[in-house]
Amino acid sequence: MSNVPDNLRYRESHEWIDATQEPAPVGITDHAQAELTDVVFVELPKVGAQVRAGDQVAVIESVKAASDIYAPVSGEIVEINEALTNEPGLINTDPYLKGWIFKMKVADVSAADFLLSSDAYRSHIA
Amino acid sequence: MSDPVSLAPLQRSPLHSVHVELGGRLVPFAGWEMPVQFSSIVDEHKAVRESVGVFDISHMGQIIVSGAGAEDFLNEALTNDCSVLAPGQGQYSLLLNEAGGVIDDLIVYRTSTKEFFLVVNASRITEDWQQLQKVAAGREDVELANASEATAGFAVQGPRSEAVCRHLLGEAAPCPPRNSIFVAVGESGFMWLCGTGYTGEEGFEFFVPKADAEGWFRKILAAVKEEGGLPCGLGARDTLRLEMGYPLNGNDLSPERTPLQAGLGFFVKLEKSSFVGREALLAQKAAGLPDKLTALKMIGACPPPRPHYPVFADGQKVGEVCSGTQSPSLGCGIAMAYLPLSLSVPGTALEVEVRGRRFPAEVVKKPVYSKKNS
Repeated sequence: MSNVPDNLRYRESHEWIDATQEPAPVGITDHAQAELTDVVFVELPKVGAQVRAGDQVAVIESVKAASDIYAPVSGEIVEINEALTNEPGLINTDPYLKGWIFKMKVADVSAADFLLSSDAYRSHIA
Repeated sequence: MSDPVSLAPLQRSPLHSVHVELGGRLVPFAGWEMPVQFSSIVDEHKAVRESVGVFDISHMGQIIVSGAGAEDFLNEALTNDCSVLAPGQGQYSLLLNEAGGVIDDLIVYRTSTKEFFLVVNASRITEDWQQLQKVAAGREDVELANASEATAGFAVQGPRSEAVCRHLLGEAAPCPPRNSIFVAVGESGFMWLCGTGYTGEEGFEFFVPKADAEGWFRKILAAVKEEGGLPCGLGARDTLRLEMGYPLNGNDLSPERTPLQAGLGFFVKLEKSSFVGREALLAQKAAGLPDKLTALKMIGACPPPRPHYPVFADGQKVGEVCSGTQSPSLGCGIAMAYLPLSLSVPGTALEVEVRGRRFPAEVVKKPVYSKKNS
């Protein structure tokens, strides 16, 4: 059973965001990393980029395939996780902490309320 | 994350329920629903390099050619010379069209003076069968039988594969040496034990009647686990074969390119007086090859190269990746591409374009990975 922390919000496409933090970190879920396995490269977004909810902003490459990562909400990319450049496997080993991908200055924090709750995401992947 | 696309109904292996039970991630491959991985491609890859792994290869095809004219017929249909095979021996060979293009690559085993056992690619069973029928037309001393539907198969690969063979068949039965075949009769029909593989490791492929597949697979799996190995999916099969520079039909071989371009000239016996595609190959050889299947290695951290990514030299597009992946043994991207001969020299600097960005690569000798230099 994969780990779905209660304090996060989720997209159906398996990204998580912690909108209670400023800036808000974004990553992929434990379920998603287990599906991908063996992450070998992460193409990070550019700091300063203005993105809209649903925009493709990053790419995660596993041995198997390349998967697009989408912005869960609108806002500005203010930080990227440089550690993933040398250690992309952090996404597999620690998807919610060390494996965060980028941080966003969220345009409208209430937009996160429209994302899936932990319970809704749990039933989505069940 | 983008979701995988769903596809039309696919053929299922006789081991389908076992794949599900083992947690296999099932994907479409060559018209079949097969496991791409059970645990992780990297872990499965390493199991094969370091101990042993077992793959379901039930999707592969088997064709039996028999009769007094079988040898003569196969020497007309295929590029290699099967007359050099004694009963019990096998060889890699190619089935070409008249233009010298590759229909399929396959292994031919001689099971007796008048019988041969062919192991062919799942995606080409129909085309192979049609082409063999065409070449056999008018030959009354040859019989063809397609055993693909009735036969399941497993590949056991890795340094501990001989130990697995001993668990399976007892101390008395030897593991088949490379390029050899043993035929036995099991509970429901013939079984073929072949010393071959697609990983660069020692090992064997074992073909059994469908009805016996699950029983044999469970026995093999128990032996593999006892030797510290893993069940493996097609993902690891692909990374393993690509590290060795073995071509995959459909990616690296096609009806539009000859085995000479694919670097498989060793398996083409142009000195035979006749075989399908020979004239075209002789003409190509005389004219010079337009390009050659070349191995390359990415330099530094970059996304893994994948099929159809463009390849550049000196700013000019010179080809595209036909097979590419992240090499679990080397920890870098590796690929194969058809490149002009002047660019297929080891050390040549190239670039591979990934989503609009170009990353440095260089031409390397095949195999890209070898135990000696790792």
